[in-house]
Amino acid sequence: MRALTWQGKHDVRVDTVPDPEIVNPRDAIIEVTSTAICGSDLHLYDGVIPGVLAGDILGHEFMGRVVETGSKSTLKKDQRVVVPFTISCGSCFHCKKTQYSACDNSNPADKQDLTEKQFGHAVGGLFGYSHLTGGYPGGQAEYVRVPFSDVGPIVIPEGFDDDDVLFLSDILPTGWMAAENADIEEGDTVAVWGCGPVGLFAVQSALKMGAAQVIAIDHYPNRLNLARQMGAKVIDYTQTHVLEALMEMSGGHGPDAVIDAVGMESHGFAPDTMMDNVKQAVGVGADGGHVLREAIMACRKGGRVSVPGVYGGFLDKFPLGAMMEKGLQIRTGQTHVQRYTKELLHRIAEGEIDTRFMISHRLPLEQAAKGYHNFRFEQNDWTKVVLKPGMQDAA
Amino acid sequence: MTYHSYDHRTGAEGARDALTERQSSLFWGLGIGALAGASAYALYAARRDRDRLSHRPADSAPGRSAKQARFGDYAVVGRTVTIDRPRDELYRHWRDFTKLSEFMENVKAVEPIDAAKDQFRWMIAGPAGTDLRVETEVVSDKPGEEIAWRALDSSQIDTEGKVSFRDAPGNRGTEVEAIIAYNPPAGELGRWIAKLFQAEPALQGRRDLKRFKMLMETGEIATSANRKSDK
Repeated sequence: MRALTWQGKHDVRVDTVPDPEIVNPRDAIIEVTSTAICGSDLHLYDGVIPGVLAGDILGHEFMGRVVETGSKSTLKKDQRVVVPFTISCGSCFHCKKTQYSACDNSNPADKQDLTEKQFGHAVGGLFGYSHLTGGYPGGQAEYVRVPFSDVGPIVIPEGFDDDDVLFLSDILPTGWMAAENADIEEGDTVAVWGCGPVGLFAVQSALKMGAAQVIAIDHYPNRLNLARQMGAKVIDYTQTHVLEALMEMSGGHGPDAVIDAVGMESHGFAPDTMMDNVKQAVGVGADGGHVLREAIMACRKGGRVSVPGVYGGFLDKFPLGAMMEKGLQIRTGQTHVQRYTKELLHRIAEGEIDTRFMISHRLPLEQAAKGYHNFRFEQNDWTKVVLKPGMQDAA
Repeated sequence: MTYHSYDHRTGAEGARDALTERQSSLFWGLGIGALAGASAYALYAARRDRDRLSHRPADSAPGRSAKQARFGDYAVVGRTVTIDRPRDELYRHWRDFTKLSEFMENVKAVEPIDAAKDQFRWMIAGPAGTDLRVETEVVSDKPGEEIAWRALDSSQIDTEGKVSFRDAPGNRGTEVEAIIAYNPPAGELGRWIAKLFQAEPALQGRRDLKRFKMLMETGEIATSANRKSDK
């Protein structure tokens, strides 16, 4: 089959690799009809996530058609399914508490040592996201082996296009959980850093959950426009002092909840960002943390900090004093996708949630490398790239 | 006393002091004074504790998690994992020694030597393609609670092991604790075994217990292999 493989920093290629097979009884094989490039794939593309090997197949947002099932899969051939990026067994302590991304059993035993050392506990398995999370081949491919196919995939009824439901795999539930983690109350002001797909979905979700106003922060005009279309007020951090503006726009109160939808590679010419960049460049496992620091400083006393943005290492100059003295709560984590898929599919069906507005480009899988390059370096216009293995290659 | 040494060592803070002028010099003075006081107290307290507690009472942690985990000639590795299945089911699965190779990575096969005497031969993948032969007999068997085995004189390694099963609190299933003690033999084999175990103590046992948990909780052992032949 054809699949997008990682070769090194800023080097991804579509290669011919062996087709996957059913390996375990609960597996299914999915023929991919749509797969997206995620903002978090750019951390892999930029080489700041350790444990990615040359030849690894990337991609964790995908959907398709069931072509083969293992003896214990509950899926049926030809069903259309969206596959969560988190691989979850459904029967361990964490899965039973619907903490699906914390699954004990999905990360192969020999791969668990890495994160057990790094984080104190082994993390769950994810598709196409380094050997820290299991080294599972990803979804930017013609076919994918889906373990625990009786737990993860959600079957899509007739009447939906791929573009309507594809984002149930990650960014829609991720934006939703980001807002849920912000414990939004009626009348709240919510500030969201980052108007990428997760930030945009967080804006939409926060408004659905009753926020009086959502203020979105970015520097790309097109992305700020999308946030405005979704009903947010916007701040362009290249034009405006963010902390001061947030105070003024919330009556001197400060946002009740802040959402960091940027993560470890935050931009901006702040001194701390430059220092973080140096440390990332020399590979000392440092996260860039300008956004998180700013979000904590902005948050009102007793407010909530929600972090859907991805971090993988250590952060310097973390304003722990501000966290403590202001009595903030922080909630974060990889998304427990399976917890949200049913409800969100229902909301899509009811027309409550728009999932298509952010898709800027649809490309054949063969042009995936171009998709990565532009999503990384032309962020203003390339807001979301969907790859279609079946699409004719015009180029 | 230590005030001065702190003062010299914190040149950066000194510079910042000058920049932010008077109001913060008082702050820094107080801060450094407090730091110096705290560190002097810590030194004092450490010395006092050393004197007073040269014979420390045992804590509640299992012995193998001690910083020095050797007991006489034996090295001991062990690990506890909670498995969300009933005690009896886990006990029964482990009790059939011939099935242990399903989840123990380095164990190629376990065959009965004399089933009536509960004696088994474990074939363990060794260095350079050779197999290591470990021969054991069951020395303790408490159904639903504990299984222990010890090497026979004919075994290539002097080792003993025990797995015990306890109800986990809050209906979380069973706490499974596996402990292996071994006394590495002399010679080339001993050096290899020492390397295998000491490079990453408990690594293999830890992985094997995780695979046991996967098998019992999910019915299969997770793998990211895309094809059976890659497993």
